[in-house]
Amino acid sequence: MHQAMRYTSAMAAPGDVATAAAAYDGALAPRLRSRLPRLGTIAIPVLSIAASLLLWEAVSRSGLISERDLPAMSTSFQELWAMIKTEPFWAAFAHTVEGWAIGLSLAAVLAIPIGILLGVNDFAASAFRIPIEFLRPIPSAALIPLLFLTLGTTLKSEVFLATFGAFWPLLVQTMYGARDVDPVAIDTARSFGVGPRERLLRITLPSAVPYIATGLRISSTVALILAFTAELFMGTPGLGQLVNQAQAYGLTEQLYALAIATGFLGVAIHIAFSALERRALRWHPSQRSTGA
Amino acid sequence: MSARSYRLVKIGAEIAVPVAILVAWQLWTAHAQSPRFPRLSTILTTFQDMWLFSQFGTHVVPSLERVGLGFAIAAVAGVAIGIPLGLSRVSRAAAMPHIEYWRAMPPPALLPISIVLVHSIGNEQKIAFIAFFCLFPVLLNTIDGVRGIDPTLIDTARSYGVPRHERIRRLVLPGAMPQIMAGMRTSLSLAVITMVLAEYFSSTSGVGYVLLISKNTYQLGPMWAAIVLIGVLGYLLNVLFILAERRLLAWHRGWRAATS
Repeated sequence: MHQAMRYTSAMAAPGDVATAAAAYDGALAPRLRSRLPRLGTIAIPVLSIAASLLLWEAVSRSGLISERDLPAMSTSFQELWAMIKTEPFWAAFAHTVEGWAIGLSLAAVLAIPIGILLGVNDFAASAFRIPIEFLRPIPSAALIPLLFLTLGTTLKSEVFLATFGAFWPLLVQTMYGARDVDPVAIDTARSFGVGPRERLLRITLPSAVPYIATGLRISSTVALILAFTAELFMGTPGLGQLVNQAQAYGLTEQLYALAIATGFLGVAIHIAFSALERRALRWHPSQRSTGA
Repeated sequence: MSARSYRLVKIGAEIAVPVAILVAWQLWTAHAQSPRFPRLSTILTTFQDMWLFSQFGTHVVPSLERVGLGFAIAAVAGVAIGIPLGLSRVSRAAAMPHIEYWRAMPPPALLPISIVLVHSIGNEQKIAFIAFFCLFPVLLNTIDGVRGIDPTLIDTARSYGVPRHERIRRLVLPGAMPQIMAGMRTSLSLAVITMVLAEYFSSTSGVGYVLLISKNTYQLGPMWAAIVLIGVLGYLLNVLFILAERRLLAWHRGWRAATS
């Protein structure tokens, strides 16, 4: 009871509650603690990354996990450094990015118009509901052997797989977006005599953009996974193929270096598309407080 | 057209379109006579011969076991790690760079490493691989869910002297539950994908293994049957999860219906 009293008196002013809420969000710290957290937002992550890299080094050097299975952090990064000075690495890197980019673009070209159509047209949506519900959860990895036997170890296989995987999240997001349009806006436009084409371009499409951006962010990651998968399992040129070769020759250090590089590629794609998503969402109320 | 007849036509189309797709598939494969695209009827007969249920125990059960265990470990660990991270800003700042890095890593890039580290292509390696990648959707959604809880609620509970573990059990966990479930749903489909990848890469049993062997021996019927099986598994697991989610979140839906 005593504790309760103290707390309620401390939070008497409504403004205080708002500040507490904002501080919880990490957006606006209370005045007293404002310097420390701001330093912390840089120092803590940096220290944490440094600590984990040192831990990796220690685990490997001490033999807790033998260096043959887990090469030391320094060895792995040295290997990566040597690798990124070679031409084959960048050729493979370019191949992976190429498969990813074509796959994601194709998925966008297909999924966005179809998604808008299914989103605005109730009849089409129910006609294709069952095929979509059935095809969507199919793990695209199951198609690898089929592609291997039909399209072979070509860029086509890689692009097909990436497109197939990236298509579904984007389709579903676009459908939601087109369906979530404010009906009042549509009715108002209609009563002002705005034609269906104009309504689609000026109301439905713009209000679906944030959903499409979210779909693109999800799909960009999926497309990278599947481009890499095609290279690893079918041997189409790219980072995945290099991993396959390193595995075949037992070059463990290269395996780690390539995994680090692939991870950074994934992070770069994720950051780029998250930024795109934030941009598309900038006007949205949910984003207003987090920008500060 | 009246509203009622429109609805009937709509239901008709909902049934007619999938049937038309299946018929077109059968007619096209019968016409094409391509060994790589066996007739749909042949695929379904092979499916019945293999999976109902002569090879179910040898290949489907191990795969389901790996998916189930990998997913369960990821779900428990994701919630257990996600709650403290959601509650503490400092630990979140320390953990986020690692989470952001690993969640962006394409899973197949770690397949060979997982074999090197675990020294096996058996269940431990498969389950560890599946669990590792299924962790991130649950973890990230748990953190978001916990952060989304009204801080006044937590402060009120604290000021009334509700002990920490009770606060987590009665306030934080239920409050974050809808988002946790959303993360688990993503993880479950990821579990099936990583299972197929891991088994296709190196295994001695499982549906991914059947996929690989039938491809290598050019047995197109079994290969297609395995593709269909993986599709059906993905679909059924998703449906099962939605049913479970509906039960678990019934209170949440009821509450939302009442307040909105």
